[in-house]
Amino acid sequence: MIALLIRDLRLAVRAGGGFGLGLAFFLIVTMLVPFGVGPEAAILARIAPGILWVGALLACLLSLDRVFQLDFEDGTLDLLATSPVPMEGVVLVKALAHWLTTGLPLVAAAPAFAMLMQMDGPGQYWLMLTLALGTPALSMIGAFGAALTVGIRRGGLLLSLLVLPLYVPTLIFGAEAARRGAEGIAAGTPLLLLAGITAGSLALIPFAAAAAIRMNLR
Amino acid sequence: MEMRVENLVVGRGGVAVLEGIRFTLRAGQVMVLRGPNGSGKTTLLRSLAGLQPPMAGTIEAPAESIAYAAHADGLKSTLTVRENLDFWAKIHATGPVDAVLERFNLTALATRPAASLSAGQKRRLGLARLLVTGRAIWLLDEPTVSLDTASVAIFAGVVREHVAGGGAALIATHIELGLEAEVFDVRGLRADPDGTTARGAFEASFDAAFGEALP
Amino acid sequence: MNRFWEFANPVRFMSWSGRLLPLLMALAAFTLTVGLVWGFFFTPEAENFGSTVKIIYVHVPAAAMAINIWIMMLVTSLIWLVRRHHVSALAARSAALIGLTMTVIALGTGMVWGEPMWGTWWAWDPRLTSFLVLFLFYLGYMALWAAIEDPDTAADLTSVLAIVGSVFAVLSRYAVNFWNQGLHQGASLSLDKEEHVADVYWVPLVIALVGFGLLFVALLLVRTRSEVRRRRTHALEMRERMADA
Repeated sequence: MIALLIRDLRLAVRAGGGFGLGLAFFLIVTMLVPFGVGPEAAILARIAPGILWVGALLACLLSLDRVFQLDFEDGTLDLLATSPVPMEGVVLVKALAHWLTTGLPLVAAAPAFAMLMQMDGPGQYWLMLTLALGTPALSMIGAFGAALTVGIRRGGLLLSLLVLPLYVPTLIFGAEAARRGAEGIAAGTPLLLLAGITAGSLALIPFAAAAAIRMNLR
Repeated sequence: MEMRVENLVVGRGGVAVLEGIRFTLRAGQVMVLRGPNGSGKTTLLRSLAGLQPPMAGTIEAPAESIAYAAHADGLKSTLTVRENLDFWAKIHATGPVDAVLERFNLTALATRPAASLSAGQKRRLGLARLLVTGRAIWLLDEPTVSLDTASVAIFAGVVREHVAGGGAALIATHIELGLEAEVFDVRGLRADPDGTTARGAFEASFDAAFGEALP
Repeated sequence: MNRFWEFANPVRFMSWSGRLLPLLMALAAFTLTVGLVWGFFFTPEAENFGSTVKIIYVHVPAAAMAINIWIMMLVTSLIWLVRRHHVSALAARSAALIGLTMTVIALGTGMVWGEPMWGTWWAWDPRLTSFLVLFLFYLGYMALWAAIEDPDTAADLTSVLAIVGSVFAVLSRYAVNFWNQGLHQGASLSLDKEEHVADVYWVPLVIALVGFGLLFVALLLVRTRSEVRRRRTHALEMRERMADA
């Protein structure tokens, strides 16, 4: 399974833009918002947690269709299905690779983007914390959507339609915790719920996604 | 190490394609699967490999003994030849790949990215994967596509050594490999869509469920 | 118990559903007429709601059905995955469009009602928002069915989606409640007498609910029957293609 992770990361690096693409998209979204709502610092700071969370979610979505698609097309999934690695493990590793190439850069860059959006120090910290807790769930849920649509040509739009409603709870708790944290209100409850969703997704979704992949390989 | 198949019915999209499949593949044996295009050889091989559930019948084989190779080699074009092979060796927890590269005449190409290989070279790399799986029963779907005569000879030699070492191979192919092989022809096993075997094969298959006239 | 599953055999299903359908449709039409006419014309106008209150006879049953239909789809999806009864999968597929329609009706009547009551067509109230999310779930489910060519694979994958979707639908409901407390009134129907609407409204509402339920079952049977026929056409086509090969 480590071999699979290393291979996926290596592929992401060699394909070029694997790490950068989501980040660039995130930057563009962050840059467009002030153009849309005006440069007033107070307004920007107030909407920043929500905007940045939505931006992170869309950035995650951007690269989801590639999680299984290429491996499906070139037969790798067939071969992995007959290998000693359980399909659940494959799903988990693929989601982890997606997170490392998309979610983790977003988390790392979050303070900078928060600063652009006029958030203060604690706000930056809270945004980073909530993204660190929440983006693994985004990758995992996204991997489930990718597993469902792997057999469909040009399934990108369908993938968005399936995955975005599933992102609702993660987004709500993530953005809420970030907002409360930034405003200095107790944010423990949404933060715990966010962590709960991430833990639950990591524990259960691999089974559903692996089942979906096996169905698609038939 | 043997694979025993009894009364197998395989299908695609819920429709039985082949029925009454029965054979035993023993250690040391090469079996050649023959039949016209679209006769269900690929469906049969995928079912045997466990990628799709059979509609009826049994497939007995030791756990984790099957290596499957099809038209798609699962190669990554941005990885080098060695990295591609190393990956599968790690997945199957087998040893270094140097001997395997040598055996398939790929040593000189080891550091080239797979994207730069010719179709035949890619195919050789795909077949080299079989050796690093360490599995005994090979199920091969048209393995010689795009191979030249010399490469076919290398491949035949590898299969010969594999079965001599106690392995077995079931190969769907149209060309003569020069191997001592039993021929298994699927031509007579075409499932009759109205036949009782196909319909009774899998109670919930839609052929059974939807075959009758509806009120 | 085995006798019960026999009803799921397509041939048996077509036969009993064909006989049941006219009766069911008549019952649904009757109950709906009684419930709605009673509700619309023979109930007093509530003091602080005005005549707009009468929209509950469409709004509440549609909303209840929108949720119940998703639950029914979850159950039939599970039956398909466990027992591989085709009719079960096709019933789930057929129910989705009805559920989607009910969701739209609930949202639409809610907006019409909300405008005079709250002075706005749309508010990001938890219930409204939850229904919008439910609408998206229905849409995604139907889109997945439509996108996959092989009917068995489509049934499998949509079933998995229905199960995972259900978990997330419940999560979304709680999340949305957490996110905004809202201005929607409490449950219209509840066993707790203190909370639900007054008796004069209650009886016709229950009748309308039953009517919507019957209407759903009738529509479901019609749609499932046509799905079974479509499926059979597909089976015959596949067979012909095989015979030609």
